Amino acid sequence: MNDMEQLRQSLLKIDDLLASCMRCGNCQAVCPVFSQTCKEADVARGKIFLLQNLAYELIKDPKAVEERLTRCLLCGACEHNCSTGVKTLEIFIEGRIALTRYLKLSPLKKFIFQSLLTHPKLFSKALRTGSLFQGLIMRRQKNAQNTATAPLLKPLLGARYMPTLPEKQLSQKYGVLTGDSSKKYNVIFYPGCMSDKVYTQIGDAVLKILRHYDVGVIMPDDFSCCGLPALASGDKTGYDELVKNNIKVFERIDPDNSANYIVSACPSCTETLHKWWLHFAENYSQADREKLRKISVKAIDMHDFLYNVLKIDTTKFVPAENAKTVTYHESCHLKKSLGISKEVRELLKMNENYVLKEMAEADKCCGCGGSFTLTQPELSLKIGTRKWKNIADTGAEEVAAACPACMMQIADMLGRNGSDIKVKHSLEIIAESLK
Amino acid sequence: MISNALIAEFEALLGKENVLSDEIDRHSYSFDAAVLESVVPALVLFPTETKHLGIIVKKCYEEGLHITVRGAGSNLSGGTIPDAKDTVVIATGKLNKILEINEEDLYAVVQPGVVTAQFASQVFAKGLFYPPDPGSQSISTLGGNIAENAGGLRGLKYGVTKDYVMGLEFYDYEGELVKTGSRTVKCVTGYNLAGMMIGSEGTLGLISKAILKLVPPPKASKAMMAVFDDVQKASEAVAGIIAAHVVPCTLEFLDHATINYVEEDMKIGLPKEADALLLVEVDGHPGQVADEAVIVERVLKECGATDIHVAQTEEEKNKIWAGRRNALPALARLRPTTVLEDATVPRSKIPAMVKALNEIAKKYNVTMGTFGHAGDGNLHPTILCDRRDHEEFVRVEAAVDEIFNVALELGGTLSGEHGIGTAKAKWMEKETSRGTIMFSRRMRKAIDPKGLFNTQKLVGI
Repeated sequence: MNDMEQLRQSLLKIDDLLASCMRCGNCQAVCPVFSQTCKEADVARGKIFLLQNLAYELIKDPKAVEERLTRCLLCGACEHNCSTGVKTLEIFIEGRIALTRYLKLSPLKKFIFQSLLTHPKLFSKALRTGSLFQGLIMRRQKNAQNTATAPLLKPLLGARYMPTLPEKQLSQKYGVLTGDSSKKYNVIFYPGCMSDKVYTQIGDAVLKILRHYDVGVIMPDDFSCCGLPALASGDKTGYDELVKNNIKVFERIDPDNSANYIVSACPSCTETLHKWWLHFAENYSQADREKLRKISVKAIDMHDFLYNVLKIDTTKFVPAENAKTVTYHESCHLKKSLGISKEVRELLKMNENYVLKEMAEADKCCGCGGSFTLTQPELSLKIGTRKWKNIADTGAEEVAAACPACMMQIADMLGRNGSDIKVKHSLEIIAESLK
Repeated sequence: MISNALIAEFEALLGKENVLSDEIDRHSYSFDAAVLESVVPALVLFPTETKHLGIIVKKCYEEGLHITVRGAGSNLSGGTIPDAKDTVVIATGKLNKILEINEEDLYAVVQPGVVTAQFASQVFAKGLFYPPDPGSQSISTLGGNIAENAGGLRGLKYGVTKDYVMGLEFYDYEGELVKTGSRTVKCVTGYNLAGMMIGSEGTLGLISKAILKLVPPPKASKAMMAVFDDVQKASEAVAGIIAAHVVPCTLEFLDHATINYVEEDMKIGLPKEADALLLVEVDGHPGQVADEAVIVERVLKECGATDIHVAQTEEEKNKIWAGRRNALPALARLRPTTVLEDATVPRSKIPAMVKALNEIAKKYNVTMGTFGHAGDGNLHPTILCDRRDHEEFVRVEAAVDEIFNVALELGGTLSGEHGIGTAKAKWMEKETSRGTIMFSRRMRKAIDPKGLFNTQKLVGI
């Protein structure tokens, strides 16, 4: 079978998924990319149509289809809004895997996904080294978001306002945590790359909250990336290796499967552990699939754990008289994929020094979309600018997001616009309220 | 075919990003929401100012290129599928400005690409009401609504798109701007060209601006659901409500099959044994609503409803409508392909129509559910199938043909609100007459001498 035939066959495998789209076009109403471009190829039904035509040889240019397919944030708004339940995320990821296999992964992505991320200790070390030398290229901005620019890297990264790397990563700071069997709940904390290596304050907040509620914590220092960036780039090889690394870690830290939950403050990681790991395990061993099934059941977002498992009562809180205003941006993966929305708003009430002020289109994507912001900088900036305007229009002093990737994108947008609004993870605000 | 020079000319006019000539981009404009064969256009243009429409149409006409105007492409009868390989698709998505909402004189002026629901919500924010609510309103454009004379759930009491068009501006084939109607309630200046353009499905000219009527919103509303063990009784109730001089803003119907599919999908407690459900909402002044709700309830009882549930809270009201809102999604989830028809019959013929539909489903062995706007006889028989299965799809097409036959026999019409497009063009003469087709074609010929505007749609040329 030649490469083209192999590509067609892998697309025909999802033919039923593709055929379930009735092309009503309702995805236009919610797609953040379409709202900027008005182009059919940018919205789910258009992309699905192109994949179908590629599968049935009506289109013979895989590269061109791949280009259209990458103009998508995988935010899931179309799937969430689809009245006929078309599994758009699954379709787009399968499509990217098939096309990447045909077109081959770029050398840079191959290095990142298959050599750097698959060696978590090396990856940590690389960023620690980066932390030591970031002063040489990063120009710290004295702004509310604590971001920095890198004028020398402008050709590569654009005029981006980026987070600076912490002196100590989370696992260095806290060491390995092994839980406490005397507690009612023992949870595995999966910090994800961002909370471990970039926004360690999120990890601080999670650990503080869990300690406050007397929850035992298991946290190793060698989790690999969850694999979503590799998957989103269609790199199933790199992704498989990351998942398998992680299966081994989970097995080591929780051999008798006694941990109650796996919590994370990164909804993209949680979604991947909960949904994609098992879904894309078709070719794994029966034993591995069984392990992933258990992980899938246990993986929940931290807010979900606090509100729906610990059942924290938020009815008694009243905002203080001089409370600061905070507005809340809903992460796509948290709301649309994991269905957690009111929980965060309720939990924010715990900090009586804050009062929530809703922004327009709170659940509209911020425009980050992982590597989307690097591969489609112009679109990312346009979508992000809309988010910035919605945030600024509230007049709020701070903006909360429940996802580190959203925080990074929003901080960038605020920085570029010289805004003095601070960006925080919702869990930071919650943690601040605890003694 | 289209020359590079012409493409360059359009790029100079509209900017490179608003001219799509790449094969892949063109493919994505080869279809709409109708279950029909796709046709890839030669070029897709995004005018960003209404005056571009005139320049584009003149140029295309000189070059003898076919023209299809496209709003959101939510069309269910193929009205936005290109006619030929040399078709230029003119997409109105970027002509999306609301130019004016006039609260004193109760009208709005819009560009053709404004999205219906966004417009309705902006109007609502100003304390006014734009009633037409086609099922695709979250994406459909007002220009498209006018070109298709779109309806919706509120048709019975509030009418359809044509009842809200006060005036239009459009470009003819020479690129000249034509103005018709005005901002005034009364206007008899010249031919009623707006009336001609409404429902013309892109065959006469390019709509560039519309003046739309707004009304004060109703101050109160009340919704109820009635269960029937016989569709005949439900139909009598529909007639009874109207005969009692109550005109509900919505009067919707779900048949036995649809009730069961929705219930299986959503588990919202719909009565699975019911033969039909009626969902009724009355609106208006609070006093009037209270009076009318009592009358409707009485009529429903008299006509033999086995159970009536009147919504007491906003939440209960939402629950009642959840069943209707999910009718199409629940059906569409059953199978890959959804063939959604809109054959319409006089209200009194609903039982005969429902009976015939059930027989047709059986005869051709197809999965069908029917729901729709009982108040105006506009039913949506929906066939669920897999278009990739040739043998099955042949049966589906035969069933659809018979649905049209029955609707016409019952004194109804081919299309209540989806339009004719190419999907139903072959049936036009059967409902109307040879004379109608010839008259329409002569009119088209005068307005579009080369026959380039959405050529195959409606009556052909």
